[in-house]
Amino acid sequence: MKLPGPRSRIGFFLLIAGGLVLVAWLVPTLGLLNPYLQQVLMYVGINIILTLSLNLVNGYMGEFSVGHAGFMAVGAYVAAVLTVAVFPRAWGPFLFPLALLLGGLAAALAGLVVAFPSFRTRGDYLAIVTLAFNMIVKSILENIEAVGGPRGYMGMGKLTNLAWVTVWVLLTLLVLRHLIYSNLGRGIIAIREDEVAANLVSVNTPRLKIYAFCLSAFFAGVAGGLYAHLLQFINPRSFSILKSTDMLVMVYLGGIGSLGGSILGAALYTILMELLRPLELWRWVIGPLLLVLLMIFRPTGIMGLKEARWLKPSDP
Amino acid sequence: MLLYHQMALALQYLLNALQLGSVYALIALGYSMVYGILTMINFAHGDIFMVGAYLAMWASLFLLGLPGQLPTVVIFLGSLLFTMTLTACLGVSIERLAYRPLRQAPKVSAVITALGVGLFLENFTLATIGPEPRQVPAIFPVQQYSWGGVAFTNVQVFILLVALFLMILLDFLVRRTLTGMAMRAVSSNRVVVPLMGVPVDRIISLTFAIGSAIAGAGGLLYGLAYPVLDPYMGIRIGWWAFIAAVVGGIGNIRGAVLGGYVLGAVEIFTPVLLASSTYRDSVAFSLLLILLIFKPTGLLGRPTVEKV
Repeated sequence: MKLPGPRSRIGFFLLIAGGLVLVAWLVPTLGLLNPYLQQVLMYVGINIILTLSLNLVNGYMGEFSVGHAGFMAVGAYVAAVLTVAVFPRAWGPFLFPLALLLGGLAAALAGLVVAFPSFRTRGDYLAIVTLAFNMIVKSILENIEAVGGPRGYMGMGKLTNLAWVTVWVLLTLLVLRHLIYSNLGRGIIAIREDEVAANLVSVNTPRLKIYAFCLSAFFAGVAGGLYAHLLQFINPRSFSILKSTDMLVMVYLGGIGSLGGSILGAALYTILMELLRPLELWRWVIGPLLLVLLMIFRPTGIMGLKEARWLKPSDP
Repeated sequence: MLLYHQMALALQYLLNALQLGSVYALIALGYSMVYGILTMINFAHGDIFMVGAYLAMWASLFLLGLPGQLPTVVIFLGSLLFTMTLTACLGVSIERLAYRPLRQAPKVSAVITALGVGLFLENFTLATIGPEPRQVPAIFPVQQYSWGGVAFTNVQVFILLVALFLMILLDFLVRRTLTGMAMRAVSSNRVVVPLMGVPVDRIISLTFAIGSAIAGAGGLLYGLAYPVLDPYMGIRIGWWAFIAAVVGGIGNIRGAVLGGYVLGAVEIFTPVLLASSTYRDSVAFSLLLILLIFKPTGLLGRPTVEKV
């Protein structure tokens, strides 16, 4: 039996996507939105990609990564070094997607580092492995003088714009939606529900774990590249555990195992943090507190394993 | 002569490693005790240590500022008692408010909550007292001694002895008393033991209280040796102590002490051997990763079999 695929709505999706990208390109070009709001929107977009990527591992696969900022850092640094030092300056805007792609691939490679231990360890031990990975990445970056060490790296042009962010958000959404409602995706969800049972019904769990971790790391890396070329300055400290925790808050706020939830969580949290800017240092108390309260009172988040209708495949 | 000099130098490093290792061991004990009893990693533990260091600073500032010079012993014991009591209260409240509601929830929820609590403590401290590093007052004047080319201070000896005393006390408590027996019972079986009349909730609270109090004592000792505190210091030291607990076999009290000294040695000897001090975090975390992949139960831990 063939499972109902999402292909039936692909034309509709492409139409909407094209429209969105056009709007995202037109709005800044025509000067319809002030730069600050544009910046916030781009942050929302980048955070949506990060949240979606983390949700694949934590929400759908039920494995446990708390070091996603490490993948983001790999993507950010690789993409930044490419546009600054490798690619000719004049071609920057045209080669930017390639830089992001290569950054993402480098992050995916780093994803293998975490994927292999996940065969043998689960739950809190895997959490330690991912956290350790995050710390190692940060520590290594602080030791590489060529990318500025602890001082950080700069010199990137402001290549990230609203249109590129929109394109990547839509691409992430499309890929994940197709993955999750495919056979592979069912296997990934089976790992979450019961790994032993999944193995027994011949789900190749090690392979699926590699796929999921690498894909997740890839998108986190792309988001890192976008982030680097939005801020035009990156330093190892901005990819610490605090960043990983932000991602966790967004995933668990919006809802685990839900693409719509990730979009909602990322948007809500990013905008909330922007609105709370006047609180200065106290702002940083809100995020962790929110995380603890969420875990106690609604651990599945706002959407809680439910999906927005437009993200589900239609019935055959 | 050169060899003799090098021996003295190595001994010097060893002494430093023991000093730092004592602090790590004290914190690692808390990680290990909580894991033993709840099979949960209390990621907020490093931040309880940080709070302890600040409390000790304030207590000794207050006692040193009192009119009429108090004896050093009174100041030290006063600060220690104050710090250990308050950190114990903090640990128990965290367990009561944040972890207890999640005891039946998936383990992942508890771990994320613990991370959240840790960040909350860090950022709350940062927001209330500001990001400037604080200077810890010296409870007693530092004196240098030299013995056969090895230089050491009274502070170092003091830290070693106090830490050793606390560890022996704890080991006695866990192995030789009725309360300790109850703790070991709860950690070995959570279903049958309550039926035997062991008050599980109270034992868990007690475990958090003892673990946090020892971390608080570690904070005080750390402040004596490295007298500059900042709100984020709990992250790095907490992590090193956690690695120490895993190296020794998490859930195992003597393993935690062993791991603490191993990590102290890693921190002191890595810069010597690699001639660069910036790689020590990478070394420690790589050690953790390798250990988790090849021997997840640590040096002294017992292997567990996952039942379906």
